[in-house]
Amino acid sequence: MSENVDSSTAPRLIGKPASVVSRLFESKQLGWAGFAIAVIFPFLVANNYAMNIATTAVIFILLASGLNIVVGYCGLLDLGYIAFMAVGAYTAGIVSKAWELPILFTIPAVLLMTVLAGLIIGAPTLRLRSDYLAIVTLGFGEIIRLTANNLTITGGPSGIYGIPGVELFGLDLSSPVMFYFFCVVVVSLLVLGSARLGKSRLGRAWRFVREDEDAAEAMGIHTYKVKLAAYIFGAMWGGIGGMLFAAHLSAISPQSFVFLQSALVLMAVVLGGMGNTRGVVVGAVVISLLPEFLRDMGNLRYVIFGVVLIAVMVLRPQGFWPTRAYEPEKAGPDRDGHDQDDGGSGPGAHGRKRSRREHRKVTSSGQERGENA
Amino acid sequence: MAMLEFENVEVFYGKIQALRGITVRVEEGEIVSLLGNNGAGKTTTLSAASAIVKSHAGRISFAGQEITKAKPWEVVAAGLIHVPEGRRIFSTLSVMENLQLGGYLVKDRGAVQKRIADVLELLPLLAERRNQQGGTLSGGEQQMLAIGRALIAGPKMLMLDEPSMGLAPLIVAQVMQVIKEVNANGTTVLLVEQNARAALKITSRGYVIESGVTTLTGTGSELLADSRIVEAYLGA
Repeated sequence: MSENVDSSTAPRLIGKPASVVSRLFESKQLGWAGFAIAVIFPFLVANNYAMNIATTAVIFILLASGLNIVVGYCGLLDLGYIAFMAVGAYTAGIVSKAWELPILFTIPAVLLMTVLAGLIIGAPTLRLRSDYLAIVTLGFGEIIRLTANNLTITGGPSGIYGIPGVELFGLDLSSPVMFYFFCVVVVSLLVLGSARLGKSRLGRAWRFVREDEDAAEAMGIHTYKVKLAAYIFGAMWGGIGGMLFAAHLSAISPQSFVFLQSALVLMAVVLGGMGNTRGVVVGAVVISLLPEFLRDMGNLRYVIFGVVLIAVMVLRPQGFWPTRAYEPEKAGPDRDGHDQDDGGSGPGAHGRKRSRREHRKVTSSGQERGENA
Repeated sequence: MAMLEFENVEVFYGKIQALRGITVRVEEGEIVSLLGNNGAGKTTTLSAASAIVKSHAGRISFAGQEITKAKPWEVVAAGLIHVPEGRRIFSTLSVMENLQLGGYLVKDRGAVQKRIADVLELLPLLAERRNQQGGTLSGGEQQMLAIGRALIAGPKMLMLDEPSMGLAPLIVAQVMQVIKEVNANGTTVLLVEQNARAALKITSRGYVIESGVTTLTGTGSELLADSRIVEAYLGA
């Protein structure tokens, strides 16, 4: 596999002094900035319509960060991710209605059911690879939707309605603004969690499996267990997303969990930059808000939406904000950048050329890297 | 006691029998090479030991433990590391990250750090390129990285599958030199090679495999002098 190096990414010199913009993009404070924007937003625009859209976007971020664990970190193509959201939403709806429980009390049940669903699909299918796995997950997504459509307990085609809103310590959080804040807090924690997971020992194992499963196995990684773990984490994130979704809309029906939704979540992950939490958040925001901004265009809006997506993928095939291919060294200053600058040989010369190109790109588009231009 | 021992090992890929009774013995501290034509079963022999393929008959034991039915990660944990053919390094990850994978099963982080330092000392080329993506290294450097990665696991024994593949003669000599040094530091080596001349120069003993059976064995110099070997692999 090592021979098949993607030439668009291969000669990337590492350890170059970063420009101001790219350093800004790598900043640790960026997460806080995103959180601050999300918190300030309702103070700027506080009508119900805007709150509704924003809450949907925040839930969508959660789904994308969950799918990022499966697709981005571990490289398992899942085309039926929305099924986990459906399992979460239906579990929350059924349990809270049947026992008249506040919806937050359904979290244990939601997690249990999504982990079970993750195990049921994951255990037999994770022995498959790439395309085959994608087909099976696609099938699973449809099975869940059709099951929900035909069972009595799920309310059949009309679904479940009258699902209670969120209540915390006797505080009613079901008003649009309060629910939005609640979602922002929950989703921020889970997004942070998924980013931390990606940097953990398990996260590293996921990356090794994504890059070369056989080599990972030869070096002692229990690939099956590691892949199943990615699936289960993804399922839990999706399940919580489903619960928030149910609380948000107070009604769920099988039409909410069609294949298009799975495709949109996947699109957010790919568009944002697989494996990079920040990129995925940006991708999710774009995918969920762009159709709203294009609403004035009427019927044309999905055409334009599609064209924009194609344009982004052509211009930046690795997404808006691709994951960095290395981890910065924790100890000591970067001694290699220096070495590589001095080496007058191929890589050094190439690096100089690149950095100039990068600079141009940065100034023109304000984006971090230009290798795919 | 032998470090690694194959007794009449048989492996099938579906209906095709790849190994028809391999018997190979590697003593502690040796470099042993497996020679043979394409399709003779050299790689399969290594894969059987590292449990990537299942043995259908026979017995494989490592350091006194039977590993015929073990799982790949158990074999790695026991200290038998397989460096697969074609290097298989992670081309989009940095050299450092590649090395860190080697220490995945090692709980002691200090030990991993120390071994990484040792490997960088043994292979100074990698130290220079530690932050570079694996895929940007040359073929020889990638092979060194693959060997270095395996060393981080702290192996008792390395199994190297065609480390000279696609490398210039000068680089092959360098790789062989590294293997010799690794061996001198106390790691037993089982080496699969097409490049019989290069391999036999550094090996204590060699086995020839033909159609899944071990047919010849002898010391490195004996095999180099054997007319059958010369005919088959070295050219007259």
